[in-house]
Order: sequence, then C-alpha cells, then structure tokens
Amino acid sequence: MKTTDERIPKSDIELNRSDFVSDQMVKWCPGCGNHAILNSISQLFPRLGYKKENYVVVSGIGCSSRFPYYVSTYGFHGIHGRAAAIASGMKIANPSLSIWVNTGDGDSMAIGGNHFIHAIRRNIDMTIMLFNNQIYGLTKGQYSPTTPMGAITKTSPYGTLETPFNPAELVIGAQGTFFARTADNSPKDMSNILEEAALHRGTAVVELLQNCIIFADKTHAMVTGKEYREENQVFLKHGEPLLYGKDRNKGIRLNKLRLEAVEIGKNGITIDDILVHDQYEQDPIIQLMIAKMAPPHLPMAVGIIRAAKAPTFDRLVDEQIEAQKAKSPIKCVDDLLNSGDIIEIK
Amino acid sequence: MDKRVINLEQVVVKFAGDSGDGMQLTGTLFSEAAAKAGNDLATFPDYPAEIRAPQNTVAGVSGFQVHIGKNKIHTSGDHFDVLVAMNPASLKANLKWAKRGATIIVNEDAFEEKALEKAGYASNPLEDGSLDAYQVIKAPVSRLTKESLNDTDADTKTKDKSRNMFALGIILYLFNKGLESTFEYLDEKFGKNPKVAGYNKLVLEAGYSYAYHYEMIHSTIQVEPAKLAKGKYRNVIGNVATAWGFMAAAERSGRPLFLGSYPITPATDILIELSKHKSLGVKTFQAEDEIAGICSAIGASFTGSLAITTTSGPGLSLKSEAIGLAVITELPLVIVDVQRSGPSTGMPTKSEQSDLYQALFGRNGECPCIVIAASSPSDCFYAAYEAAKLSLEHMTPVLLLTDGYIGNGSQLFKIPSVKDLPSIQPPIATANDPNYKPYRRNPETLARQWALPGTPGLLHRIGGLEKEDVAGNVSTDGANHEKMVHLRDEKVQRVANYIPRQEVEGDPEGDILVVSWGGTYGAVHAAVNELRRQGKKAGHAHFKYIMPLPLNTAEILGNYKKIVVCELNNGQFVNYLRMTHPQFSYEQFNKVQGQPFLVEEIVTHLTDGE
Ligand SMILES: Cc1ncc(C[n+]2csc(CCOP(=O)(O)OP(=O)(O)O)c2C)c(N)n1
Repeated sequence: MKTTDERIPKSDIELNRSDFVSDQMVKWCPGCGNHAILNSISQLFPRLGYKKENYVVVSGIGCSSRFPYYVSTYGFHGIHGRAAAIASGMKIANPSLSIWVNTGDGDSMAIGGNHFIHAIRRNIDMTIMLFNNQIYGLTKGQYSPTTPMGAITKTSPYGTLETPFNPAELVIGAQGTFFARTADNSPKDMSNILEEAALHRGTAVVELLQNCIIFADKTHAMVTGKEYREENQVFLKHGEPLLYGKDRNKGIRLNKLRLEAVEIGKNGITIDDILVHDQYEQDPIIQLMIAKMAPPHLPMAVGIIRAAKAPTFDRLVDEQIEAQKAKSPIKCVDDLLNSGDIIEIK
Repeated sequence: MDKRVINLEQVVVKFAGDSGDGMQLTGTLFSEAAAKAGNDLATFPDYPAEIRAPQNTVAGVSGFQVHIGKNKIHTSGDHFDVLVAMNPASLKANLKWAKRGATIIVNEDAFEEKALEKAGYASNPLEDGSLDAYQVIKAPVSRLTKESLNDTDADTKTKDKSRNMFALGIILYLFNKGLESTFEYLDEKFGKNPKVAGYNKLVLEAGYSYAYHYEMIHSTIQVEPAKLAKGKYRNVIGNVATAWGFMAAAERSGRPLFLGSYPITPATDILIELSKHKSLGVKTFQAEDEIAGICSAIGASFTGSLAITTTSGPGLSLKSEAIGLAVITELPLVIVDVQRSGPSTGMPTKSEQSDLYQALFGRNGECPCIVIAASSPSDCFYAAYEAAKLSLEHMTPVLLLTDGYIGNGSQLFKIPSVKDLPSIQPPIATANDPNYKPYRRNPETLARQWALPGTPGLLHRIGGLEKEDVAGNVSTDGANHEKMVHLRDEKVQRVANYIPRQEVEGDPEGDILVVSWGGTYGAVHAAVNELRRQGKKAGHAHFKYIMPLPLNTAEILGNYKKIVVCELNNGQFVNYLRMTHPQFSYEQFNKVQGQPFLVEEIVTHLTDGE
C-alpha cells in the first residue's frame, strides 16, 4: 500500500538535507517545537526521492505557516485557513507535484474548518501537517478550537467554555483515509510517520503535538513529557497489540463497546486479550475509539491510527478526462464552436 | 386554408406562464428556430427566484422574451407584438408591455375563477372587454394538449407538462417557422426516451395544426432572414459564451484550464458549461464555498493553469481577501462576476450593474485589479478571452463583469476560428535561468515571470506577505512596501497601452455623448440611434475596459457639450469618471429595478425638458 506517486518525477541525482534548507532566516522562537518539524522534513524530502522542483509546500497563516519560507522548494504562503483549498487546486491542476500543507490548529480548524474537512473528504493526494499547539501563536495567545475546556488564555481569562475538537475525530469523521499523531519531541517517530503519510495515496493528516513555548508551554506535557510518556502514550504499530507502560505490561482491550486499560497478568488478562491494531481496516469505528483515547483514564495513541485505501480525487479527475477524451468527437475548441445548430451564410 | 403573410422587419414575442410551465424552454426553442431560419435575435429570460413559486400568482410568473429581426437586433425589445399567456397571472404581469394591437394567445382553460382571483382579476379579462384593443386568440391549450395525447399511454403529469409544446406549435405556425429544428431538439433531449419525445412532437403538431385551422388567425408573420456577413452563426447564451471564451484562451495560450467555483445564480451556468468539456481537458472543481473556489484557482494558477473563478455579487464579497492574495503574489487569475441585484442576496434572478465599486475597490490595502465588462451575450466570448489574455500576459488578476441579463440572454454569434483570435503569450520563466528572481519585471509591462513548480532552477516562495522588490524575500521595509504598491498599480495602469482605444459610435462630436458600460450596450445603442434619427448630434461611448480606462478617454469626453452616463445602479461608473476625469461634468441616468433599460425610457430621459 505504500507507494510513491509515479506521476511525480523522481530525482536522478541523490539529494540530501542541505538541498532543502532555504537561505531564509528561521524566525521561530528559540525552543519552539516547529524547529524539530522543519528538520524532519528537510531530512525526509531527499529520502522520498522526488525531484526537488516537484515539491510544493503550502500554508495558511500562523507561526507554523511560515514553514514554506524555510524549505528550499516551491512554496506558497497563503491566507488564513485556506491552505487546504489552495493545495487542492495545485494537486488537481498538476498531479506531478508532491504537495505539503502546513497549518495550525486555529488555521485549519477554526477559520479553515470548512476547507479542511472537504479536502479530506475528497481525498486529494497531499500531506497535511497539522501543528497543534492548542493555542493561537502568531496572534499571541488566544484560545483555539483545540484548547482544553476551562483553559485560561488571553481571551478566556476565566477559562474557556468550549468543547475542543479532537483533530483525529474530525478527520475520521470527514471520511479521512489517513490520520497519524506524533510529537515534536520524538524526532525519529515523527520522521517515520511523516514518511508513511507521504507514501499514503490520498489526504494524509499528521497531527503534530507541538509545543508553543511562549503561550501554551507544556500543553501536551501529560502525554509527551519524558516523565509521563511511558504511562500516558501507546505507540501504535500495525498488526501489533496496543501495549504500553514502563514494563510493557499494560494494554488496551475492547470490552463490549468500549476500550479499556488493563494489566497483563491481572484478573486473568493475557496478551491475547489485547486489541491488535489494524491501521488498514476500512471501517473506522475502532480506529475512532483509539483516536479518542486520552489521559487520565486511557493513554493517548500516537503513531498511525488510520491508513485506509481509497481512490484519490485528483486521479479520478484525470481518469474522467482521459475517458472523455477517448470518447468525445470534440477534440478542440473549433470543433466545439462548430458543433450543434449552425447557420451558414454563404 | 392559406393565410395572408405579413412581412415584418422585427418582432418581439413574449412567453409567460407559471414557473412550472416550461416557458424558458419554449422561449429557447423558439429562438433556436428563429436563429436557424437566419434571423438576428436577442433574448431575455426573466424568472422568479423560486423553483416553483406559488401557482397562478403574479409573483410566480416566468417569462422569456425573444426579439427577432431581419436587421441587427440590439436588445430583447421594450414591448412585445405577441404574448403567450399560459394563465391569468401571466397576462396580468405582462399586459403593460404590450404594443398597441398586439396578438395575445391565452390558454383559455386556465382562466377559471380561482386562478383569476389569485391573479387579482375582479372579472375575467377574456370576457369583460378589457382586451378589446388586442387581437386575442383564446386557445383551449390544456384541453387540446390532453386530447392530442388521448390515444397514447402518457400519464396525467406528462399531459400537463406538455402544454408548453402546444403553445410553441401555435407560435411556430404564426411565424411561418418549420417544426424540424424543434423535432431535432426533442429527439436529442429525449434520446434515451423516444416515447417522451414522441408525446412532445404530437402536442407540438397539435398546436401547429390548431393554429392552421383557427379562423381567427387571418395572417401569419414572416421575418426575413437577416442580411448577415458571410460565415457561420449560432445562437449563444452569454454564460456559455463566457465558458467558451476561456476554453479558447486556454487552447491559444497552451495553458490548461482550471475553474474553481461555487454555484450561485446567475453565474452557475458557466460552471455547468465548463464541466461538460472534460474531453478538452478542462478541469472544474466545485468547491465547498466561494473562498475555496478562488483559493483552489490561485493554487492552480501558481502551478501554471489558466485559472478562473466564477461568481455573482455575494460570492465576490467572499472572494475579496483571496483576490488580494492574487494581487500581491502577482499571479494570473480571472474572476467573473455575473452581477445580480444586491445588496446581500437582493433579487437573485434580477440583473443589475451595481458591483462596479466592489470590483474596483472592494479589497483591503492598495489592491488594483484590471476590470473589464462584457457588453452582450456574444461579446461574453471575447470579453472572457480578453480577460484571460490580459491576466496571463500581465500577471495580475482580472475582474470580468457580466450580468444576469447578458449572461442568461442569447444572441446570434458569428463563430470565430481560434487561430484568428489574438495570440496569448504568458511570461513563463525558462528552466535554470540564472537571472530568475520572483519579482524581477518586464520593463515594459512590469509583469513578473511565471515560474512553474516542476521547473528546475526556479525554486521560489511567494505568498501574502509583502515581498522585497526583485528578490522576493519577505520584507516589512516601509520604503520597499511603498515601491511595491506603486509597481503593482503602475502595472495595471500600463495595461492601457495594450487595450484598444475607446470608440464612439454615432457622431464623433456634438451635442451629447451617451456613456454606458457592460450589459446595457444594446439598449443604449438603440436609444442613441433614435436620438440621431430625431436629428440630434449624438455619440455613444460604450466602455468595455474600465480599469484602466482607454488612453483616449479624456479626448472623447471632451468632444461633446453634454455627457450623460446611463447605468443600472445608483451611479457607480459616473462617479468613477468624476474621480478619474474631474475636468468634465456629467449627468446621469440610473435605473435600479432589477430590469434592463427600455430603449424608450432612455430616449425619453435624454430628450426630456428640451
Ligand atoms: C482573515 C484573518 N483573520 C485573522 C487573522 C489573524 N490570525 C493570524 S494567525 C491566527 C491564528 C493562528 O493560530 P494557529 O493556526 O493555531 O497557528 P500558530 O500561530 O499557533 O502556529 C490568526 C487569528 C488573519 N491573518 N486573517
């Protein structure tokens, strides 16, 4: 299932990280999680092997959306919330491009919510990197659609009153074919996951749990912090049981219609009781349950939650065009203008 | 029974009925038959916003006016010679537009008590003498339609729905037109369902022979074919012509065509038409909203397509921010606004010219765009072509204004050949050009180069943040910003060097210059002709290029004692002229009723008080 897109030309020379580092000064705050993500991408692009000039990085507006300036590819910095729509036009118009979208939680889920879900629904072949810092960074600290309920921010001095989105639920609910979650402080996993996302044919969304050191520092700490990670994260691997914990003796089992944290060896639980992850399963119901897991009752799932196969919109467009070209007697505009009811004056 | 044939130079026919009566189709079929017979023509569909407005009410009347002639036809006609009224409401709504002695064909069966009451008639106009001044043909359309299908197994619904064919049959007879072109249409439309085609033909023939035998029709009307220049013609609807113009531009420029759009009346037909032409490689994307429509087009433009987005007023409002993005990234993009009545949702099926301010000024920042306007249904083709050419060659968005009247209306169109259209040469950057810089400009046009992703050696990044001149890096330097603002403005101003000089029809100097723009061309042209016939020294300047204005605009405006600007809004173009050419004084004539100008009202206005 993992294939590079054969419509995108491969590089005939070996590229490396430095080929993708732009000459622009990176202006993110020191300690911002974005640096690690940028680093990951500049390592991944040469690995994927496409021609350098066939990568396009597209973004909306926000701290994370400055990303295109920092990668040496074709880049487009759009307007707030619209990256998915801009990227859709790019891929449909020119399928020989490898399209990468950078967006924030505010960018894609507040102002751009509509474009985000529709790009996903159509399954246009692109990778969306969703930098989730649970805050509006660029505008300096207002709450976003992923900010936890009750959080104190600049615009919620007495705590937010809004139920946050879980990006995974939104993506899977919008018929998403690929969703993965990873954190800015686990570079190796991040890099592997982004690679799988790139190799997925369709809209692949990778939620990057990203730390905004200034306005929402440690917002993901309960999951990503070194001291909590082992107990509060379950790292998904296709075909493997959902195990976690320092001694890997904890696991997730499906108990009737619920997921439950259990301990192997206790209450007669064995490894066979533990849910085995199937990222390729078409029916998203269990993946959705996995996507929703969160502390304190359950660990949060990181890794690839869903990677289902489905036709991509951009390819269907091309197929339809080819089919009509083969069928129609109209081969050029002159043919069209001269078809139908014509009056000829001699 | 042979009837006398009356030869007329031109005739206006109006079809009117309930919004479910199929009058749009009837009108279209009649205009097709007239076109086939070589008449010049112009049409005007006028229908309510509701799909099935309340039956038998005046608000629910749907009309389609066709003006045919043996000479050049410029408008769909002020008043009609022949009316087909399928029910009392449609008579009520239209009688005021009747010429003296007009022929009125009514579906007598529909004039029953309840329908009369709903239409607001106190007594039956077919009986109370109120139509004595007209030649009324009372045809039992409903009854005879049913009868003509009695021997078939058509169901009641089909029988009801075929009434319009009966009416069309009468009209085709009355105008000495054959049934062939309509037969062909029906065969094609119901190709998969020959039975239904058969029903329609039966009813059409029944209407035709009814008229043939009907004693009250003493004569039929013949409009000789127009004396047209040699060539091939067809009847074309404005929105379809717009779509074709873009396809021709794509072919001529060698750029793939991409349309990102969201449905809105009256612009949707451009999307519908383009989505039919996959065989020519057209990519249409029906986006989730207008913003996605234009943003997808911007993405497609960045990657090298001739990118289009189509909409009407409220949709243009939503696109404003993204137009700014296209302006600052200096990418080609055509934004079509098929104007309708506003503000907000306004009167969605009625036409107006009131989005000019929005097109010129409706964006944040100093944000100049080229603005051009189409002047007739067939001109939509050329306007679209020209919009694409200017956008591609000057690397900047173009707003193309049409309106509901010319977008839905149709006209005879002389079919061009694509190779005779002007060439289109977008400034595409060449691979590995060592001198490439994102904002380096052509010294003449000031257009930057188009570096397409996938081309080696031209990697660059653009976006909505202000960029440093030439180098294209993000810049917040004040002096640089000012320079870029001037450059973008100057680039649009210089387009004036690439557009034709403004022409004047009629007298090149004299008492009065009548100025118009956009879809009012036909009515104003006819009005100016009338003024001249009355002995006035009058000229007509119809502007297709609005931003920038043609270089000789001042020269023309100075040649007359009086300038009157006619437009279907509160005075947007006239104020624009006041701003750009303050040395002249202007009078204005405005109408904001969601209806096109009548020739007569312009003439009256221009001659009033003299
Ligand atoms: C139309 C519009 N509305 C509002 C803004 C202001 N704005 C810029 S970025 C942003 C929020 C960014 O937050 P997020 O997407 O979470 O990205 P981050 O900066 O945290 O990476 C807002 C509200 C804008 N640029 N454009």
